[in-house]
Amino acid sequence: MTAALKELGEHIEAKRTDCVLSWEVSFDELNVDVALANIVGLVEFLKTDPTCRFSTLVDITGVDYPERAKRFDVVYHFLSMYQNQRIRLRVAVREEDMVPSITGVHPSANWFEREVFDMFGILFSGHPDLRRILTDYGFRGYPLRKDFPTTGYTEVRYDEVQKRVVYEPVSLVQEYRQFDFMSPWEGAEYILPGDEKDTASK
Amino acid sequence: MMDGSKGFEDAQTGEQKIRNFNINFGPQHPAAHGVLRLVLELDGEIVERCDPHIGLLHRGTEKLMESRTYLQNLPYFDRLDYVAPMNQEHAWCLAIEKLCKVEVPRRAQLIRVLYSEIGRILNHLLNVTTQAMDVGALTPPLWGFEEREKLMVFYERACGARLHAAYFRPGGVHQDLPDELLDDIETWANEFPKVLGDLDGLLTENRIFKQRNADIGVVTEKDILDWGFSGVMVRGSGLAWDLRRAQPYECYDEMEFQIPVGKNGDCYDRYLCRMEEMRQSLKIMHQCIEKLRAPEGRGDILARGKLTPPTRGDMKTSMEALIHHFKLYTEGFHVPEGEVYAAVEAPKGEFGVYLVADGSNRPYRAKLRAPGFLHLQAMDFVAGGHQLADVAAIIGTMDVVFGEIDR
Repeated sequence: MTAALKELGEHIEAKRTDCVLSWEVSFDELNVDVALANIVGLVEFLKTDPTCRFSTLVDITGVDYPERAKRFDVVYHFLSMYQNQRIRLRVAVREEDMVPSITGVHPSANWFEREVFDMFGILFSGHPDLRRILTDYGFRGYPLRKDFPTTGYTEVRYDEVQKRVVYEPVSLVQEYRQFDFMSPWEGAEYILPGDEKDTASK
Repeated sequence: MMDGSKGFEDAQTGEQKIRNFNINFGPQHPAAHGVLRLVLELDGEIVERCDPHIGLLHRGTEKLMESRTYLQNLPYFDRLDYVAPMNQEHAWCLAIEKLCKVEVPRRAQLIRVLYSEIGRILNHLLNVTTQAMDVGALTPPLWGFEEREKLMVFYERACGARLHAAYFRPGGVHQDLPDELLDDIETWANEFPKVLGDLDGLLTENRIFKQRNADIGVVTEKDILDWGFSGVMVRGSGLAWDLRRAQPYECYDEMEFQIPVGKNGDCYDRYLCRMEEMRQSLKIMHQCIEKLRAPEGRGDILARGKLTPPTRGDMKTSMEALIHHFKLYTEGFHVPEGEVYAAVEAPKGEFGVYLVADGSNRPYRAKLRAPGFLHLQAMDFVAGGHQLADVAAIIGTMDVVFGEIDR
């Protein structure tokens, strides 16, 4: 399985040197990092090339890494029902970058790109209908970004006096609980009471 | 022409204009299978454009998952496709096991396969019968739901809950099955073909059912690839694509079953595929029960280690086991860094989890890939040119459940 994937990775790199930045096989899956400008060309190549035939789009999603300069990864999954292979393409994107839409190659990308736009605020150039899809009508913000709070900013209720649904800023009766169960030897980022003197003296 | 007028001028008066008609289908329509809102543009009775508005059941599962441990996230999967809960959990467990490189014990694999197939029958029973209700038959749901009730009792006897099971755990399954439960499942599996036969007799050759389903919503091989279909939507059109066979997981490779395929790719063929899949699932269940009774099928149901709790007996005698149990249910286990995509053949199609782990006890990002999302997306394409009454039949045959589409 891994050998076949390695062969496939080499084949793609050899045929499309300009698109592929790097590739690797991990956990029996083929990952290819792709240059932003060339994504549509590569997707088209993968669809038509007889040794690839990645003709089914499985998924498009985003991952947010706020500490990176190219903040987002847009991740594409493809499946070939003919070769029985899967592939994952990753494109690193800056916050202000536009990603070329692949709806022209795979019509099924339409809703996936709308969802990525809705959740991360990544814009797709050439998309026929880039509206929000999952969030409420009139929603603001991009919920799956790491800087968006899980509680959100507004809450909705029916107002008996005004006889309509009203939006209000979130007010929690109790603090949103996020316990830190991690062992203090790994991952604790807080300063235990008393420890601040130790760091101050150094 | 945004107002829907078609530029028609009456020859004599210029007064009459034919305009397209926009209607809202749902979100409270019983044939919308949940909270689907369709904005339909009709030319007479013919659907010209169909714009599904989804997200009315959006709960932000993916965001919530980022602040919970891997084990705490498991029950969210029951709430995705609530018609066949355990199949979703399966994908999550497979993703974690792939990252942690954990081998699931044989008995747990067999139990998982057994319950996945029960889930498949649960789903197909609901889909076939409610789709029949959408096109006018009232008896099938009554008969089908009686069987679903029995199956949910099997769910309850295995894990304590009829719907929100949380039964498949990373590294195995939560509890072992008692032998009497296996006997009862076998008795049920022996009786069920008769019920299937009854449903068959009600629907398959029914004139009205055929008129409403045959040649409706035809999907070709090219459409399947263009719109990313999976599951019965693919098999109904003659492609024998099934992840259980093509990319086997657990012990599906040693099971003997056939993959039913349709010929015409219409609603009627997909109905026939679902009926036959139920029979094949029964076959797999019989094999599972037999293998579970064999001596090789006995043994532990969890891969004991960091991912799974110690046995109750160990906790009473060993301090380490007690600490392990406490840490497992508070801090949770850590999953090594990496990203994987794990998919299962859920009853509706390919259900996948794309998991990005950063080495901590919580997923950095988890994306749930629901088959219904893509099927519903193609609604505009499949329903276009059909009559308004066919929209209900097509929604039914696509097998949409909003828990998984809206997430």
